[in-house]
Amino acid sequence: MENNYFIDSDKLSVSALKKKHELENNPAVRTNHMEYMDGMEKINSDIRDRIISAMNDYDYNIYTPEDVRKALQHERCTIDDLKALLSPCAEPFLEEMAEKARLETRKHFGNTVYLFTPLYIANYCENYCVYCGFNCYNDIKRMKLNTEQIEKEMKIIADSGMEEILILTGESRSASGVEYIGEACKLARKYFRMVGLEIYPVNTEEYRYLHECGADYVTVFQETYDSVRYEQLHLMGHKRVFPYRVDAQERALMGGMRGIACSALLGLSDFRKDALASALHVYYLQRKYPHAEISLSCPRLRPIINNDKINPLDVHEKQLCQVLCAYRIFLPFCNITVSSRESESFRNGIVKICATKVSAGVSTGIGDHESKYTGKENSSAGDEQFEINDSRSFRQMYNDMSAEGLQPVLNDYLYV
Amino acid sequence: MEDKLIIGSREFNSRFILGSGKYSLNLIESAVKYAGAEIITLAVRRANSKEHENILDYIPENITLLPNTSGARNAGEAVRIARLARELGCGDFVKIEIMRDSKYLLPDNVETVKATEILAGEGFIVMPYMYPDLYTARDLVNAGASAVMPLASPIGSNKGLATKDFIQILIDEIDLPIIVDAGIGRPSQACEVMEMGADAVMCNTALATAGDLPVMAEAFRQAVQAGRKAYLSGLGRVLTRGASASDTLTGFLHD
Repeated sequence: MENNYFIDSDKLSVSALKKKHELENNPAVRTNHMEYMDGMEKINSDIRDRIISAMNDYDYNIYTPEDVRKALQHERCTIDDLKALLSPCAEPFLEEMAEKARLETRKHFGNTVYLFTPLYIANYCENYCVYCGFNCYNDIKRMKLNTEQIEKEMKIIADSGMEEILILTGESRSASGVEYIGEACKLARKYFRMVGLEIYPVNTEEYRYLHECGADYVTVFQETYDSVRYEQLHLMGHKRVFPYRVDAQERALMGGMRGIACSALLGLSDFRKDALASALHVYYLQRKYPHAEISLSCPRLRPIINNDKINPLDVHEKQLCQVLCAYRIFLPFCNITVSSRESESFRNGIVKICATKVSAGVSTGIGDHESKYTGKENSSAGDEQFEINDSRSFRQMYNDMSAEGLQPVLNDYLYV
Repeated sequence: MEDKLIIGSREFNSRFILGSGKYSLNLIESAVKYAGAEIITLAVRRANSKEHENILDYIPENITLLPNTSGARNAGEAVRIARLARELGCGDFVKIEIMRDSKYLLPDNVETVKATEILAGEGFIVMPYMYPDLYTARDLVNAGASAVMPLASPIGSNKGLATKDFIQILIDEIDLPIIVDAGIGRPSQACEVMEMGADAVMCNTALATAGDLPVMAEAFRQAVQAGRKAYLSGLGRVLTRGASASDTLTGFLHD
């Protein structure tokens, strides 16, 4: 079973279409995804090798119900326990896993649940990532907000009550440069108490600059840790360089960021292996940078504009829940974010087990918060990265979380 | 008999300090009531929210707020957070928490001593959270701390008195109030540490993870009171081996 990712826009020129098809069909014309491009910093770290070798060695079919039972009984979850909990054999133990996960969550986070919202400021992209709505061959309305527009969006979001913001861009250095993003961070600090970034990976000194501009948390989705599969999905652009992306979080920490988030996009590859790799990524980073705050996300593939068939294949809600519980049991102190890609009912349930952070009032489009928040007409917005599933407003989410017996937290953060 | 807990120049009747970070604000009032608490902690970083600016509304009158510096990774950050707490109107008490490990949240004793010295010099009533180490405790005394808050086991673990023997050393050797913080998971453990002679106990997770928070708060209040009474009354001796003869072994000695 596989998604059909290749969609041809009738607006592409003959030569563009030819190149697109070549990239799709002939691996020989694609660049070496393991080779750094000019300007990409190489750091001295063994974390990537450790993640990849553990993932490659992981045979989830060897685990037995007995292994799962033992893993659930252990006071401290070892890496081998994590492997058992992520295996198919653990699926019948989902309820027990959820119970253990809930206990760990309560011990470390009490009944708190953090709320945040993403703000996409540009959707230009130089990459051809076949599953993404922003990919350079996809026929969507492109937009990049200017300073006034960014500030307007931020005001609207801040007025809704939100205190933490995650700034996102499409992955285009030329359209959305580091300084442009830095200016957005400075503006964000005027309106929000905590600013996170989810942008293309940059070098250590650029992370340091963005940190000085006010960003303190960096999220990079690895999409998949399987480099062969990665190569088949990221056919063109700087994002194609696999090792530079895996090392991004470490560069962010070296650049002074307080925290990082890791994630695979489930549905792209073997989700059990990707889940293991994601968890080990934050695990090894935290061991090397013990002060760092760490976070995991667990997004699943969603439909995009011009391709509404894209779906997460074998990663159903049950499997997603299994992965999230395994994360919690292995990393009791780690923040876990569940985004609006998931449904209202799933998010209401999962925050009671292991998720500690949810988005609300979400738009993945560009410059459309006013229309989405107030209903005011807006014909100039840029198109969305993917279709969200849970469209609850900030206030509605706040009330719903409270109704679930949880304590919504809008900020737990001080810039000192 | 009057038995007050004295921190700085302030007197308290209750020896149970309540954490606040892991349960809903609207439960604070009943938690305080059932726990009989007079001091409640507050994470300054959490209070730094429009939503929580009214947290003081939830704190009953006559309750002393103990702002903590959680999130600080070194002395400088802790000092800045403490100053912010004072600006926010949280008073002069401050609990220093400095962690450079996001997994266990263990306190950094060296940085804690530094922050204590600076903040005590600025007139704060400083209550440092620390790993129970005698030398650090003495340094904290010299730095001007008003109490010492050793951990019983890793924060949030509910594992009880993992550091029992070392806490006992602090109780025996340090003249400041010893307030055992972090890791106390059951009323019996709170009782035990009070029997040992600790001056007070602080809890958060034990209540937050309880089935019925107010009832557990009351259980802790009673346990702390029982332990304190036992300590004050002088515990009966505990035999470690053998039996005790009613006739003494040396009763035959006459001159």
